[in-house]
Amino acid sequence: MAALTARFDPRRIGLALAAPVAALVFSVALTSVVLAVAGYDPGTAFRQMADFGGQPASIVQILNKSAGYYLSALAVAIGFRMNLFNIGVDGQYRMAAMIAAVVGAAVSLPPVLHVGLIVLVAVVVGAAWAGIAGLLKVTRGVSEVISTIMLNFIGGAVVAWMLTPDVFAVLQGNNVSTRPIPASGQMPGFAVEGGTVYGFLVVAVLVGFLYWFLLGFTRFGFDLRATGLSEPAAVASGVAVKRMVLYSMLLSGGVAGLVGLPQLLGASYAYSLDFPAGIGFTGIAIALLGRNHPVGVAIAAVLWGFLDVSAQILDLNEIPKEIVAIMQGTIVLAVVIAYEVVRRIGVSREQRAVAARLGDGPTGPAAASEPAAVA
Amino acid sequence: MATSLGQAATPGKVLGSIALQARRGLGVRGALAVAGVLVLLLAVTRAITGADDLTSSGSTGAALRLAVPILLAGLAGLWAERAGVVNIGLEGMMVLGTWSGAYVALDHGPWAGILAGIVGGALGGLLHAVATVTFGVDHIVSGVALNLLGPGVARFLSALLFTGRQGGGVTQSPQVPQPPVFTVPGLSSGLLSVEKHHWFLVSDVAGIAGGAVTNISWITVIALLLVPFTVAVLWFTPFGLRLRSCGENPYAAESLGVNVYLYKYVAVVCSGGFAGLAGAFLSLVASNYYREDQTGGRGFIGLAAMIFGNWRPGGLAAGAGLFGYTDALQLRQGETSVHALLLGAGLALVLFAGTLLWRRQRVAGGVVLGIGLAVLALYQFTGSIPQQFTSATPYVTTLLVLALASQRLRMPAADGQTYRRGSSS
Repeated sequence: MAALTARFDPRRIGLALAAPVAALVFSVALTSVVLAVAGYDPGTAFRQMADFGGQPASIVQILNKSAGYYLSALAVAIGFRMNLFNIGVDGQYRMAAMIAAVVGAAVSLPPVLHVGLIVLVAVVVGAAWAGIAGLLKVTRGVSEVISTIMLNFIGGAVVAWMLTPDVFAVLQGNNVSTRPIPASGQMPGFAVEGGTVYGFLVVAVLVGFLYWFLLGFTRFGFDLRATGLSEPAAVASGVAVKRMVLYSMLLSGGVAGLVGLPQLLGASYAYSLDFPAGIGFTGIAIALLGRNHPVGVAIAAVLWGFLDVSAQILDLNEIPKEIVAIMQGTIVLAVVIAYEVVRRIGVSREQRAVAARLGDGPTGPAAASEPAAVA
Repeated sequence: MATSLGQAATPGKVLGSIALQARRGLGVRGALAVAGVLVLLLAVTRAITGADDLTSSGSTGAALRLAVPILLAGLAGLWAERAGVVNIGLEGMMVLGTWSGAYVALDHGPWAGILAGIVGGALGGLLHAVATVTFGVDHIVSGVALNLLGPGVARFLSALLFTGRQGGGVTQSPQVPQPPVFTVPGLSSGLLSVEKHHWFLVSDVAGIAGGAVTNISWITVIALLLVPFTVAVLWFTPFGLRLRSCGENPYAAESLGVNVYLYKYVAVVCSGGFAGLAGAFLSLVASNYYREDQTGGRGFIGLAAMIFGNWRPGGLAAGAGLFGYTDALQLRQGETSVHALLLGAGLALVLFAGTLLWRRQRVAGGVVLGIGLAVLALYQFTGSIPQQFTSATPYVTTLLVLALASQRLRMPAADGQTYRRGSSS
């Protein structure tokens, strides 16, 4: 009976937690096997990673990396919550960071306003770039998966073009870079043991809080989740789905615009050839791992950062650090499979509970087929 | 449905925006007519602008080399999506193909390498099938995961197996042997000598044809033959009909006794194999070593070509040809050639708008005419096109096709939907 109504069914929560844990264990096991087959001792490798990842300097690096990852995953998660795939976060944040860097270097304003302007520009550019996909979807029915993939590449081309000396960039030795943002447009960080934590981390946490509040406690969030769960039901309850698609695409793009800013405002102060790329795709993985939940995503982002940073020690000990890429890939694939299995188990439990309640016994046709298909 | 233009369409020849009017396909004659008009347009453009590389044999050869991986990736996408499984993991499977192709070719020769590339890609396809078909994971999600996993595996294995060998390292393999190439004797030299005279139209045709018969890899021939092969298998065999029925309505197929899981598995593994072959082509034919990021988004361009071709082999080949050709021009006196191509593209669009208006499709005709005039204006008022924008051509074209013709595009009805046996309601 309890399974039908209770939100806080302990077994259900147990199942939900089981998925990511099982995926982690599986990927650690698989990685160990791969390492062992390749002739390395997995125990040594993981111990070294844990030791190195726990040092103060590493922790600072991990936090700094996870700020961008977290924002990227939130941008993806906003789309996911209403069944929209914003694969284009990568293009959105690079366009945003590029133009924000150019604008930031071109103006002179008092400190807080200057940072605010850069952030505003980034949000607007990110939202605009995502908005193209949103508009195409609502007006022409173009799948946002394809259009955002195309916009990633187009954005990459536009950024590459802007990053030539003919347009916005200046040569600095071997590197091509935009002009640096003056001190008033830089964001101070927190000096701690081991380095400086980006000040933008606070903004990232704030965005996470806003995401939680917006989705859980506002009408907009309700409409968004309802559209994601069942579009016909949302339409029936008076949600303007097209408008929701456009708004959530703009919102997702706006958050995506922030992804490059921890790095831009806290460390590099300019957009250059070696500005980190690919965070948009990492964000998809992290959003999946964290199940679109603000806290889950935060944990996943830190985990990702930890793997990235701690892997660096492996090379010094002659173990290929590329093993971490395999580990990350496996985690994502394993976790999505695990969530699906858990979902099916949950569904079959509910079906059995319903069947039991109706006095039909647990051998109804639907209930019987569920466990078989999972196995 | 079956009047596909696949048999006639060869990449590099049929460059036009066929997707825009491919509701019923063009038929063999229609495709040839479009190809003829396009060659004429290119000849006119070359005569006006003097950009000889538009129709030179070198450009055709390069276009063919660049189009083949896109073509194969597109076919890979087609096989999976015709069975109802969206495969955006093509890029990851291609990476597996580039790596395993190069690795096996190192010690066992190029042909074994090609086979290994196919197997490597097919393994990626198998993983995608396990996740999407057996476990019912969302297709996009699984594809994204594969795109993360593929490069990771390739990178780790390179660190393990290529470092320490001469010229090898984490990001690239040592040099590998290439499969043989051939030149059609007599024909090639004859055509190439005609090309040198720059006679209007005659030299243009000779240049295009000459490029297609000079220094051609056998793999290219095989890849081109895979287009009619796909048409034959998917549209003219019971196997193909069943496979496509899984993409249109799996529950109907199930009720007729089709083992939908099996067909989806076969389709997705084949899809991975095509992607792997595309990858092996990149590392063994288009270059002679594996390196990181060698695929450069071609898996996605392949998907774009497939959409451009309206989920049909012939249209897909035309799309691959178009994208390969623009890519090739960039390599051959890039800025001049591509700038000249603007004139050709503008003329083609205006012409196309004319046919649309003739058929009283006023809105579509007007929009195409506007774009055509804008392109011509761009040609008139700029001196050259930055290389970065040329490389974005496939993506912009696809967005435009999607935006302008999305109502005419028809993907398989159950594409991307999770199917579970016995759960139709």
